[in-house]
Amino acid sequence: MTNTATTDRPDMIEFRDVHKYYGDYHALRGITATIKAGEFFSLLGPSGCGKTTLLRTIAGFESISSGVVLIDGKNMEGVAANVRPTNMVFQSYAIFPHLSVEENVGFGLRRDPMSKADKAKAVAEALEMVGLKGYGKRAAHALSGGQRQRVALARALILKPKVLLLDEPLSALDKKMREQMQVELIRLQRQVGITFILVTHDQEEALVMSDRIAVMFEGQIAQLADPETLYRRPNSRKVADFIGTMNFMPAKILSENGKVEVEAMGFGRVELDASQVMGSGSGEVSVGLRPETLTILFEGQTATDRESMATVEEVVYYGDMTYYDLRLDGADHPVRISMRNVFGRPVLDIGARTRVAWSPGALVLFR
Amino acid sequence: MKFPILRSYAIIYLLFLYAPIILLPIFAFNDSKIVAFPLSGFTTEWFGQMWADSQLRIAAKNSLTIAVVTATLSTILGIFAARASVRYDWKGKGPIIGLITLPLVLPEMIVAMALLTVLLSMGISLSIWTIILGHVLVCTPFAVVILTAAFQSLDRSLEEAAYDLGESAASTFRLIILPLVMPGILSSFLICFTISIDEFIIANFLGSGQPILSVYIFGNFRFPARVPSMMALGTVLVLLSITLLIIAEYFRRRGIAKTGGKDTGGFL
Repeated sequence: MTNTATTDRPDMIEFRDVHKYYGDYHALRGITATIKAGEFFSLLGPSGCGKTTLLRTIAGFESISSGVVLIDGKNMEGVAANVRPTNMVFQSYAIFPHLSVEENVGFGLRRDPMSKADKAKAVAEALEMVGLKGYGKRAAHALSGGQRQRVALARALILKPKVLLLDEPLSALDKKMREQMQVELIRLQRQVGITFILVTHDQEEALVMSDRIAVMFEGQIAQLADPETLYRRPNSRKVADFIGTMNFMPAKILSENGKVEVEAMGFGRVELDASQVMGSGSGEVSVGLRPETLTILFEGQTATDRESMATVEEVVYYGDMTYYDLRLDGADHPVRISMRNVFGRPVLDIGARTRVAWSPGALVLFR
Repeated sequence: MKFPILRSYAIIYLLFLYAPIILLPIFAFNDSKIVAFPLSGFTTEWFGQMWADSQLRIAAKNSLTIAVVTATLSTILGIFAARASVRYDWKGKGPIIGLITLPLVLPEMIVAMALLTVLLSMGISLSIWTIILGHVLVCTPFAVVILTAAFQSLDRSLEEAAYDLGESAASTFRLIILPLVMPGILSSFLICFTISIDEFIIANFLGSGQPILSVYIFGNFRFPARVPSMMALGTVLVLLSITLLIIAEYFRRRGIAKTGGKDTGGFL
């Protein structure tokens, strides 16, 4: 998904030390970040982390207590929501229930001086773009959740905003529909080339859809990176825990000179690259490892890098995958690993002894 | 039915409630000045007498004027208060909205006496306008309660969406909010209208002696000869109420159908 071309695009949104207070509550605590033009950007975090508030400061629904928000180089201070070059898709979709689908989609064109025929054409095009061709005359309330979602998209995109803001747009859909809409949103974003900013608490959704993701906790951006970096090199245990699953093992730093040599429980001595070391050095030292970076070795297979012995403590069968809790020899708690159920590969039993292959390159050191 | 006692209770309750009303049209068409069984024959004389009563017509006109003006003013004031209480947060909101809706449980007698004292001491002469003043005071709480419910059922993001799509606060109100709370506005208007038209205490206290329907009917009931034509008037009022109820229900259902909401009760 990573779109490397986005890095040399101009800035579309810039936050400079943005703070927001609700009375005594400090909702945004010094947000500084830039979002590039044409980027699919996600604000990811648990509920109450300030992601929706941040989105609403772009839309103009929320004033900021201090700092600066720039859209396309212009300071948005004092610029009302109805004149900002942004449009929003609301979590509840906010489809006007007393209007038809085409009246909803064409709502933003009401003040546009273009002719009636041109407006009708624009509405038809917008509906076709979201896959609702021929639905114009329907009553808005007669639509399914997915269709409402599309109407909300068409209604926002018809104004050709510089930025499209999406506030948890898929959270109300069922799993199948959500996955389908994820793909469609990506396609739509590539087609129109508009900057999309998505708010979500679903880390998988953010990974699938985004060029870059800002992970937020308690009103601050914890890490801003492309999905792969975020997944493979989370900069804190908190980010690592929030995005996917990560196994942590206590560790001790033995020496550092460029590279860092550590002794990690269950893994023994490993030498790590500086890029694998995260944190300021004030936290407790541990190494982290994603479940898919450990592989059970079956008969005849050998490790390309490092190999350890382990005992199976738990087996969870998912059909396409099997999850194992393995206790590496010398460890005081198990690590969770995932194995794809390739045809012919046996599923191990609880209590079985097995060899596991892993690579120091997949480890991240937090300190 | 598991509880036969409850069933008879329900039936007796409904009889007690509606049977007297059925007597109105029966005696309105009964060819006798005495309101008693057995019935003596069919006549439309009482309706003719009612129609010919010029005082009654003035009373009806006055009452209608009072009711329409009261319903309009109360509903407009109700819209302001409901919108302010649902959409905005301000200091002292709780107590202020509480005080606005307090007349709901305040005896009308008190309102009437207090207003009369104030008006007289201010040297304001009594007229149908002083009655309207009193009625607005009594009806506004109902309007506020009904409209608060209507505004509360609005998703706030609808408003933001319209604003986001380029509309001003005023045009958002006109294009989105007003149409969606219209069923509430109609209910409020009809309820205020009904309260005003049959209100007696304030109309009696704050009236200038100009005939007002409720006061006029009460006055006429003292003369047995006038009772049958009052029965005829009662019949007309019952029909009018039913018509209003049907209109209100029609708009309520239409409003629900239009917005695809779920029907959660109503009258009919």
